[in-house]
Amino acid sequence: MSDTQKIIEIEVLRYNPESDQEPHSQVYKVPFTDDMSVLQGAQYIKDNFDGSLTYRWSCRMAICGSCGMMINGVPKLSCETFLRDYYPNRIRIEAMAHFPIEKDLVVDLSGFMEKLEAIQPYIIPKEPRTLEQGEYIQTPSQFAEFIQYTSCINCTLCYAACPQVGLNPDFIGPAAIALAHRYNMDSRDGGQAQRMELLASEDGVYNCSAVGYCSEVCPKHVDPGNAVNVNKIHAAKDYFLRFLSPKGGSK
Amino acid sequence: MKNTKIRKRSNAPIFWGLFGGGGMLAALFGPMLVFITGLAIPLGLLLPADTMSYAKMLAFAQNILGKGFIFAVIALFMWHAAHRIFHSLHEFGVHAGTGCKLLTYGVAFVSTIVAAVILLGL
Ligand code: FES
Repeated sequence: MSDTQKIIEIEVLRYNPESDQEPHSQVYKVPFTDDMSVLQGAQYIKDNFDGSLTYRWSCRMAICGSCGMMINGVPKLSCETFLRDYYPNRIRIEAMAHFPIEKDLVVDLSGFMEKLEAIQPYIIPKEPRTLEQGEYIQTPSQFAEFIQYTSCINCTLCYAACPQVGLNPDFIGPAAIALAHRYNMDSRDGGQAQRMELLASEDGVYNCSAVGYCSEVCPKHVDPGNAVNVNKIHAAKDYFLRFLSPKGGSK
Repeated sequence: MKNTKIRKRSNAPIFWGLFGGGGMLAALFGPMLVFITGLAIPLGLLLPADTMSYAKMLAFAQNILGKGFIFAVIALFMWHAAHRIFHSLHEFGVHAGTGCKLLTYGVAFVSTIVAAVILLGL
């Protein structure tokens, strides 16, 4: 360490459900080096100032999706956001917006989990297939239809970004719709009609007002906004054509 | 939100369709119409002075294609605007009540009827 140790102020939104009526801020002065992420800043606070500071993390390399937080009001993965980019200003870290806070920077994801489950994020085969029939064959262009949407790491930054999720917590939301789209576009899948029931519902794609911030904050370039808007077209087709097609989407 | 919940199908495709149609039309013709009616004609630029004379406009509106064009431009622009305003109100915290719906889509609906009645009467 050099003798001119840089120190950054980190303002943390704290909340302890056992003792606090509501969240409050606390400022820590954290010595840092240029290679330190915001997550490491939080770790420094936990190790040196207050062991009760609570936050989620695992991989520290932007792949597990657990370290999301609001950093100066922007939803980001704290492990790939660097303190040096904010210095010498104070940096403010808070729990992700639009989720109930469980403790400090940890949010309750059960609502998101329900939505994720509801879209059936797995291949629903068109017809039963025996082992003898061998593997599915997929062409590069069939693969290209959905590969981008497989990159989602369920970090839920897009939910923290989406103003419509903030207004209607029942909205299925960007990541779950992107995953529904991922399976719908897969040539092996036959679950479109089942998922359409959800996408075309009042909790579905039409809650989106095409703000596009979800795609902007996505650390994996999934572009969930595109998935949502493409499905507005699919849901509209389903709405108007359902009387013509015997297998039309939902009721 | 529960997995077992019975979800109502949203009737948004109707309004979203009109919104989309209006948006497309606005993007294609809006700037040109603003230029012709708001700049070129009043300032006497490019176009002959009598391009939008009463006689010519009446003839345009009496032609079946002209009628169709005027109707589409008025009605779909109105539905587009209504939908946009309705959703913007929602974003500003004025929530999607029936009142808001009546006010925004209602105006679009009335404009559509009025435009149709007038155009058919010409
Ligand atoms: S810790 Fe895994 S994504 Fe940041």
